[in-house]
Amino acid sequence: MTEMNMTPANDPAAENLAPLSKTQQTVARSLNRRHRQEKLFKGVGLGAVVISLTLVAILFINIFAKGLPAFWQSAITLEIYFDPEIIQISEKPVQQPDETENAFRQRFIEWQSEVGMVNFNRLILEGLSNVIPEASERKYRRDSARIVTSGERYALRDMVIENPEIIGQTKTVHLLTDANIDVWLKGNIDRSLPDAQQQLSPKVREWVTMLSEQGIIENRFSFALFMNPDSRSSLASAGLAGAFMGSLYMMLVVIFLAVPMGVAAAIYLEEFAPKNKLTDLVEVNINNLAAVPSIVFGLLGAAVFIGWFKLPMSAPIVGGLVLSLMTLPTVIIATRSTLKAIPPSIRQAALGLGASKMQAIFHHVLPLAVPGILTGAILGVAQALGEAAPLLLIGMKSFVAQVPTGPFEQSTALPVQIFLWQGNELRNFFEARTSAAIIVLLALMLSLNALAIWLRKKYEKRW
Amino acid sequence: MSNFSLIVLLLALMAIGYQLGMVRSRRVATVNPQQKMHSRPHHYGMMVGLWAVIPAFFILVLWTLLAPGVISSMVAAQLPAEALAAEGMNADVIMRRISNLAANFGVVAEAEQWELAAAAYMQQLKSSSALLLTGLMAAIAAAGLFFSYNRIQPELRARHQIERTVKTVLIICSTVAILTTIGIVLSMVGETIKFFSFIPPADFFFGTTWNPRFSTTGVSEGSLTGSQGSFGLLPLLSGTMLVAAIALLVAIPLGLMVAIYLAEYAPANFRATAKPIIEVLAGIPTIVYGFFALVTVGPFLADFGASIGLTIRATSALTAGVVMGIMIIPFISSLSDDIITQVPKALRDASLGLGATKSETVRKVVLPAALPGIVGAVLLAASRAIGETMIVVLAAGNSPTLTANPFEAVSTVTVTIVNQLTGDNDFASPQSLVAFALGLTLFVITLLLNVVALVIVRKYREQYE
Repeated sequence: MTEMNMTPANDPAAENLAPLSKTQQTVARSLNRRHRQEKLFKGVGLGAVVISLTLVAILFINIFAKGLPAFWQSAITLEIYFDPEIIQISEKPVQQPDETENAFRQRFIEWQSEVGMVNFNRLILEGLSNVIPEASERKYRRDSARIVTSGERYALRDMVIENPEIIGQTKTVHLLTDANIDVWLKGNIDRSLPDAQQQLSPKVREWVTMLSEQGIIENRFSFALFMNPDSRSSLASAGLAGAFMGSLYMMLVVIFLAVPMGVAAAIYLEEFAPKNKLTDLVEVNINNLAAVPSIVFGLLGAAVFIGWFKLPMSAPIVGGLVLSLMTLPTVIIATRSTLKAIPPSIRQAALGLGASKMQAIFHHVLPLAVPGILTGAILGVAQALGEAAPLLLIGMKSFVAQVPTGPFEQSTALPVQIFLWQGNELRNFFEARTSAAIIVLLALMLSLNALAIWLRKKYEKRW
Repeated sequence: MSNFSLIVLLLALMAIGYQLGMVRSRRVATVNPQQKMHSRPHHYGMMVGLWAVIPAFFILVLWTLLAPGVISSMVAAQLPAEALAAEGMNADVIMRRISNLAANFGVVAEAEQWELAAAAYMQQLKSSSALLLTGLMAAIAAAGLFFSYNRIQPELRARHQIERTVKTVLIICSTVAILTTIGIVLSMVGETIKFFSFIPPADFFFGTTWNPRFSTTGVSEGSLTGSQGSFGLLPLLSGTMLVAAIALLVAIPLGLMVAIYLAEYAPANFRATAKPIIEVLAGIPTIVYGFFALVTVGPFLADFGASIGLTIRATSALTAGVVMGIMIIPFISSLSDDIITQVPKALRDASLGLGATKSETVRKVVLPAALPGIVGAVLLAASRAIGETMIVVLAAGNSPTLTANPFEAVSTVTVTIVNQLTGDNDFASPQSLVAFALGLTLFVITLLLNVVALVIVRKYREQYE
């Protein structure tokens, strides 16, 4: 029955048999080619994504592979006898009841410098000769002075200042070895190079090999990297503490300056400003400012803050001001887009119940915008944290050997420290150290970004 | 008293004013129960607090800006003329010595008798200035407090006063961005004009050699012309353009294809993971890219070049350009992604409905529709590449030669700004001032790119909204 009902017109099979029109033929012929092209295009797109992801991976693997070993640093374990013969110092001063704070501090500083005069290197040498009997021989003096990095004598000094009672006692201490020993033990230098090209003398290499076999020299977690400021005389103890504090002060300036000002500016522009030529200009100006190269802000800082206002060079306050100006547009743009996303019904409801415009915004709109504003602010701070170029121009490139104690003191910053370290002559040691500093910086930035994403995810509202 | 403690005191005063105003407004309200207060008690409190603090704060700011100048000119007027003449130093150095003495910092060399006298005078002036400031601020704060306190009446519009104040603060904050731009332009134009007093503009803009030499301090202007180098912009500009062009050659194809794939083909969950990972590239500090270029990409390219018989220097335009390209991939991909997704679905559906394949739809319909926006994105990325500093400082080789060979070391405008301002050059020498001329050039170039890009992007948005 069904066969009978089938007419050629509505039979699909029959239709296919019918001769194709000219267009249909063209289409059919080109179909394979077009599908191939489709596949190719899609493949190229996927390839681009894969390449980009691979680049991210290469960058991170590279930095981490180089930098992670630098978090552990070779240190020597020595029994140090705090010999009263060598440490001849007066009693540690105690504040007298009738003494002013200043007078006591004066006396304490004098005492500290007296402790500083002690020949701590001799203590180290005697400790060394316990494990290397020949170390104290006169002919090996130079070699034995090369084992422990020179900055470690201050660690002993600080132990004495902290607690003078250890004089006369024997303490087990872990002291950082010289940077070249670290390089040698980690295999970052070709051990087959002739003596003339080796940084370490044959004697030192012999000792070091022996000590590391005995486990007296071993890799320990490098607290120096985090606790010490930068150092040029004692490379192994160079650390990030100074740069970290410098960056921290600058971020505080950014947080207290750029964030409130940016939010205030955004509130005005988004909620109050009349739409006219002037506000249009401000808007274009802010968008442009966001795209001005960061180094231009450095020039502004050099000319205005240092040249005109005579603020101190290399100070975190100037760096913070420059970075604040740089971050301001980011905060403004983020805040404005957050405010824009809050539905007008919120404002209308408040206004309808008799709130003033100011009350509607500050009591109702702004609280809803807080998560978005915070996200924008955090991203702005993260951007400022990683910026190095403008800081170079306001003198934050100079070598600073102390941890700054205030925003007006000389200081450097984390990204600038990375710049300074990558240029150090002892490449074998500082390539890893620089990568470690990069890891620290990236960890800080990524945690800021993660915080921003978490905030957005947690409080984001879709209207 | 230090400014910091004065500010703390002002804040304390504000709290007191707030309490006083609030209490007073409540009392006024109970005294006139038939009359309704215009504002709530905390508005009155806030108003009194603001009246107490704001005028005094203005005095503090003015005083801090003006007092040091007044004091030093008063001290300078007292200096014995014969001592100045005998010393043969310029007035700045002398004043710095005196203020160091006055601050008990001590100075190099023995201080002269008259210097000590001037320092003592300065100290005396400073302490009386601080005393005067404290007294003045106290008086003004008290006056403001009592004035506003006594004005509290049911019909006083306290809330309006506060709202006006807040609005003024908001307006001031929103002018900071404009002031920054003005500051950038003014400071750079000023220093650039100074620079052009040493070097004619034509030599700067059309010079083909860059060799600034070292500045010679303390040499009179006449003899400077003999010892100064040549400040030709062209080698730097060509280096900048070369690096930026390589960066764009890397970033445009990759970024655009990433955007197309993620917007048109990728399944939602793949897009949700891949997009943020690629955007991580935009958040990495440029110094990190610089280091990566220097220790990894540069040697790799040099080895690769050697294996195919090319001489590629480890630090070259190619190294810097490739790494910079990686950096700007996410700029191009995210912006283009936004723009591609904004193209109306109807256009796609129409094309697919006519039998076009997906790739044909993308190439012949979506991309042409999105083109203005993509061009804008590319221009923004280009301005980013031109202004980028740390990558080129580390990886471009810093050799200011006029070359089009990407395998050679080059120098760029930004690198030169850093070099000229971080050396030991005198701040007033052409060697330092040229940095501002370069900065202004950079500012103008990026500004033009940004304006064009923003106009294009904005036009495009309007088209489909």
